[in-house]
Amino acid sequence: MTVNPEVVEHLIEDSVDVDTSDDLGGREVGRARVRKEDYRLITGRTKWTDNIQLPGMLHLAMVRSPYAHARITSIDVSAAKTSSGVVAVLTGADVADEQGSLPTAWPIVPDQKAPPHPAIAVDHVAFAGEIVAVVAARSAAEARDAAELVDVDYEELPPVLDLKEAEKDTVLAHPDLGTNKSAFWQFDSAAAGTGGSVDEAIEAARRDGIVIEREYRQQRLIPAFMEPRSTVVDPTGEQFVMWSATQVPHILRLMLALTLGVPESKVRVIAPDVGGGFGGKLQVTPEEVITFLVARRVGKPCKWTETRSESLLSAHHGRDQWQRLTLAATKEGRVTALKVDLLADMGAYLGLVTPGVPILGAFMFNAIYKFPAYQFNCTNLFTNKTWTDAYRGAGRPEATYAIERLMDELAVEVGVDPLEIREMNWIKHEEFPFTSVCGLEYDSGNYEAATARAKELFGYDALRAEQKQRREAGDSVLLGIGVSTFTEMCGLAPSRVLGSLSYGAGGWETASIRMLPTGKVEVVTGTSPHGQGHETAWSQIVADRLGVPFEDVEVLHGDTQVSARGLDTYGSRSLVVGGEAVLLAADKVVEKAKPIAAHLLEANVDDVHFEKGHFRVKGTDHGISIGEVSLAVFSSHNLPDGVEPSLDADATFDPINFSFPHGTHLCAVEVDTETGKTSIRSYVSVDDIGNIVNPLIVEGQMHGGIVQGVAQALWEEAVYDDQGTLVSGSFVDYTLPTAADTISFVTDNTVSPSTTNTLGTKGVGEAGCIASTPAVVNAVVDAVRHLGIDDIRMPCTPERVWKAIQSAGAHAGEATEQAQEHFAPGEPNQDTTTAPATGDQS
Amino acid sequence: MTKISVKVDGALYSDDVEPRTLLVHYLRERLGKVGTVVGCDTSNCGACTVHVDGRSVKSCNMLAVQADGHEVTTIEGLATNGELHPMQKAFSECHALQCGYCTPGMIMQAIDLVSENPNASEAEIREGMEGNLCRCTGYHNIVKAVQQGAAATAQAASTTGGQS
Amino acid sequence: MIPAAFDYVAPNTVDEALAALAQSGDDAKVLGGGQSLLPVLRMRLNAPEKVVDLSRIESLRGISEDADALVIGAMTTHHEVANSELVRTHAAVLAEAASTVADPQIRHRGTLGGALVHADPAGDLGAPILALDAELVVVGPGGERRIPAGEFFVDLFQTAVGDDELLTAIRIPKHTGWGGAYEKFVRVSHQWSIVAVAAVVDSSGDRRSAKVGLTNMGSTPLRAPATEAALAEGASVAEAAARAAEGTNPPSDLNGDSEYRAHLATVLTRRALERAMGG
Ligand SMILES: Cc1cc2nc3c(=O)[nH]c(=O)nc-3n(C[C@H](O)[C@H](O)[C@H](O)COP(=O)(O)OP(=O)(O)OC[C@H]3O[C@@H](n4cnc5c(N)ncnc54)[C@H](O)[C@@H]3O)c2cc1C
Ligand code: FES
Ligand code: FES
Repeated sequence: MTVNPEVVEHLIEDSVDVDTSDDLGGREVGRARVRKEDYRLITGRTKWTDNIQLPGMLHLAMVRSPYAHARITSIDVSAAKTSSGVVAVLTGADVADEQGSLPTAWPIVPDQKAPPHPAIAVDHVAFAGEIVAVVAARSAAEARDAAELVDVDYEELPPVLDLKEAEKDTVLAHPDLGTNKSAFWQFDSAAAGTGGSVDEAIEAARRDGIVIEREYRQQRLIPAFMEPRSTVVDPTGEQFVMWSATQVPHILRLMLALTLGVPESKVRVIAPDVGGGFGGKLQVTPEEVITFLVARRVGKPCKWTETRSESLLSAHHGRDQWQRLTLAATKEGRVTALKVDLLADMGAYLGLVTPGVPILGAFMFNAIYKFPAYQFNCTNLFTNKTWTDAYRGAGRPEATYAIERLMDELAVEVGVDPLEIREMNWIKHEEFPFTSVCGLEYDSGNYEAATARAKELFGYDALRAEQKQRREAGDSVLLGIGVSTFTEMCGLAPSRVLGSLSYGAGGWETASIRMLPTGKVEVVTGTSPHGQGHETAWSQIVADRLGVPFEDVEVLHGDTQVSARGLDTYGSRSLVVGGEAVLLAADKVVEKAKPIAAHLLEANVDDVHFEKGHFRVKGTDHGISIGEVSLAVFSSHNLPDGVEPSLDADATFDPINFSFPHGTHLCAVEVDTETGKTSIRSYVSVDDIGNIVNPLIVEGQMHGGIVQGVAQALWEEAVYDDQGTLVSGSFVDYTLPTAADTISFVTDNTVSPSTTNTLGTKGVGEAGCIASTPAVVNAVVDAVRHLGIDDIRMPCTPERVWKAIQSAGAHAGEATEQAQEHFAPGEPNQDTTTAPATGDQS
Repeated sequence: MTKISVKVDGALYSDDVEPRTLLVHYLRERLGKVGTVVGCDTSNCGACTVHVDGRSVKSCNMLAVQADGHEVTTIEGLATNGELHPMQKAFSECHALQCGYCTPGMIMQAIDLVSENPNASEAEIREGMEGNLCRCTGYHNIVKAVQQGAAATAQAASTTGGQS
Repeated sequence: MIPAAFDYVAPNTVDEALAALAQSGDDAKVLGGGQSLLPVLRMRLNAPEKVVDLSRIESLRGISEDADALVIGAMTTHHEVANSELVRTHAAVLAEAASTVADPQIRHRGTLGGALVHADPAGDLGAPILALDAELVVVGPGGERRIPAGEFFVDLFQTAVGDDELLTAIRIPKHTGWGGAYEKFVRVSHQWSIVAVAAVVDSSGDRRSAKVGLTNMGSTPLRAPATEAALAEGASVAEAAARAAEGTNPPSDLNGDSEYRAHLATVLTRRALERAMGG
């Protein structure tokens, strides 16, 4: 091969020609760059897994159990096998000795109990939707036709659906396990030496202070990413190639190897364009394993794409907890202790990180506050429902909801504004870094600044005045104002911390940078974006570090053959951990290039410095661009002795700490007391997520997160009937909001740079969703509190709100007794259609 | 099998199809128009929105045989001579997409909305997009993009002499 | 989401369509706009052997006047009904109700006739049709008959139209100048009505003339006779509206139990009447 240097030279753009006309001084980081990803997405040139067509490809259809709990007595596949176009029909028995058990990476305690989790059930099904057989046919329609012909006989078993029933162990989700309890996990500040004794503090407060006891329900939610899951496996060639709509191609590859005993090196996993995940695609699914098994068996490429109903039924769900809370405070409202007792619904099986989800919340109940004592007790329970696992925020929204609801209750008890009670208890900005009662070190923050800014944007005082005036005028539409001052831990995670929590992997991230001869740059990242815009943000980081144009950077990801190592995307970790790895790799490239540049410039290394893409000899205008160095390295005709002819560099970053973004969210709602309907009137969020790489992307993350959180507060719930059938099993009944149900938001930022990474960033992926749920419910309760209502169970449907108002009216004058009812024994807690699924007041 | 002739994104196709074939499957699997996607099975999400004879429809809720003799436009047929439609540009500039799965349907519906109501208010835009679900953006920037796209479409129409 | 296999015919005339239906008996299904039938077929809740597509029959489309009646072809889309000047003038409540059906894309294909024959109790077009005292024109092997709206809806998803018959047109006595309002209550915007109320009041705004139709308050759309009678006797709007749920048997589901629906009916009836009276 010959290279014409002039041609190549021509391709190398002069990297100092970056626009410096704005106050970023030519820097890319901080710029509201329109995303690189967009062009293919707005023109329909996207590579979704379901687009893939391979020669001779077969289509799979799953046969699923209609029963929540049953023994499989027989399966007759004869009619299906002879149906048109059918190539194979497999049952659990057919693959019993090769399918292994689906993995769980997080044994939170050494004696954690879990049933085996076969991809295809063999003789026992534990939730409605569990796969009992698979059909492979020449077309998707033929596969569906044949799936209808598979005849399964079941012997029904009694299902356990209710968390509190499950705790009693009278009906078992898995009779062979002997109990529904998977694990019990505790954190106690006295035992850990990070704080005092909760019991003593609560006793003291009972004598001379305030004790608030509440029970809150975190309803079951469905992540409902828009792209249905899809998997293609090509078994031809030396490696099995799997394309999958996954957030975690690297983890998936490793887990496939561990589950199926295939050498990891024989598996290549590709996550092409992925249409959203929100934790819902942070999984190793039965369907992925089955597609692999069938393709291996028939020797032809196979594709499985789910329908939306299948997705709602069988992709893992999120949340689903009962939270029993005891908050102790002084009469003035200074919190002295918080005790949390959780029941967490695992569903029928443990997924990849199912048991750890409530534990991720354990460290966040104390939120931004200085609590002297804290105890967290969590019981993980099995039920005969779809398994749960990570959903946007995973554990932290639940915790934030509980504490932010409680702080409002405390404010009422003390008789002060909810913001005042928060300020009394929060960590002052001069107290950072601050070690929380859980022993975590909060890096930076300024709750005062974010709150002041939010109040100003919101018009807090004017809205309070309007609220008062409407109440006095007897308006049937009431105004409610909700507050949420949240924090979260991002950047999962320091490997050592994960190790101490018995998580099965580390929390590092990796990146490689390859300088191409033409001066273009390839960045390979171990993160796996599915809407977050990493291609754009990583390009901005690299453009700054290497002084090359933004357009010259290409970000590659999501293919284990390209990006050999990585821990993928979840837990608001990508920028904080993966972005840092990218930055470190870029710096290594510069370090490598420097002696070469000095050699080419015939200067001493110590006299050469790098700035805006050029190596220059100090005190001269003599210089060479990094692109020119790259070309020189490619030709290698004139390198210093002993220098490796490569400018490529790898870097792996393991964070030393989490980062702790925070923010103040304020929400005004209007509650129509005649119908119970809540409408959002205005919403302001001021978030401190440290330094911002791309404001456009940050805003988008906030908007989307806020609406997902509002949806938990007002609209969404996965509901089962008393047989264990998912009632909200399609988009008709699982009610996602539309544009017509939401409003435009006011978002702003304060900046307290993180001290745990070079860029000073904190993570934003989950913030909106964590903050908004309590802000909205606080607002709804605030609107009707004067009627004697102190809680409405989520989602605050019109019916629940109306019924709460009705029964408050019926109990007028007994308002103070309401608090006790939360602990009433035998209260219906299963969100079924037959049980009265209404507010706690009913 | 039933024989159909359909004009899709300007090209005429004649094919034998099973009557039960949905238009969206015909577009994706026979014509390779994979820009149009499927997001649900109850016709709630709007991801599959295309234009049939110039009006927006959900292509998952129409049979391919029903398109016989009609003209279909998909997201892949919007750009003319490599020039993006103003609504496509607006979606990108306003960051109205994250994962982008809902985007083709959103853009197709937004164009229909604007052609019917070029001066739509924010409330009218929100109502007019109610058949399209997005899980990523919270709709804020989508609404902004439709407003910007409407203005740009009007401007493009006035400079090209009334074509929209 | 792929239907089971079926045969497909697309006749050009009503007679051809009737012949196709006669041939297959109850194994055939009529395809109007397909916005309800196709979801049913895709979920495989029904698997007809033959589908008879009405879309090529020109005579089933369009909105015209026939003396004192407004005549709407069965295959006229919701979008056309909602935007028709004729409908707005002579049957305003129907135009408003049609504009609330589903979403713009569905309204571009779904038809008035299809919606009525589908007879989903949560469907939005039955209540206005009842309040407007419309007549449904049905043809079959025995010729044409006209069915008063009050006799059209039989039960859940069941109408007076036989398997071998077609609904061809909806005839609405002109309610020129009448005030009309359709109050639809949903949790999220793309939902079917939890409850909705159609009210019409004559051009003088005299509440004694009011007629009220209810959506999703029973297995079929209903009139609200107690409310209408109370108004006729001079009761106030609030008093009369409080009786809207009398004699109804509303369903209980995820969106609300029957008690809540009964309550909603009274609130929405009051609001619809007030708006129809120009309030
Ligand atoms: C996502 C979604 C949301 C919806 N939301 C609403 C809503 O909020 N409110 C509402 O009212 N509706 C709603 N619908 C239904 C919509 O109104 C349908 O358009 C309507 O119900 C059916 O009309 P169609 O012409 O599409 O009929 P089709 O689907 O073609 O047919 C429906 C039934 O009527 C029969 N049929 C059709 N035409 C005739 C005829 N001329 N003679 C005899 N039989 C005939 C068919 O055989 C079939 O049984 C929704 C639909 C969807 C998919
Ligand atoms: S795929 Fe057509 S509306 Fe969802
Ligand atoms: S951008 Fe992901 S669903 Fe809309």
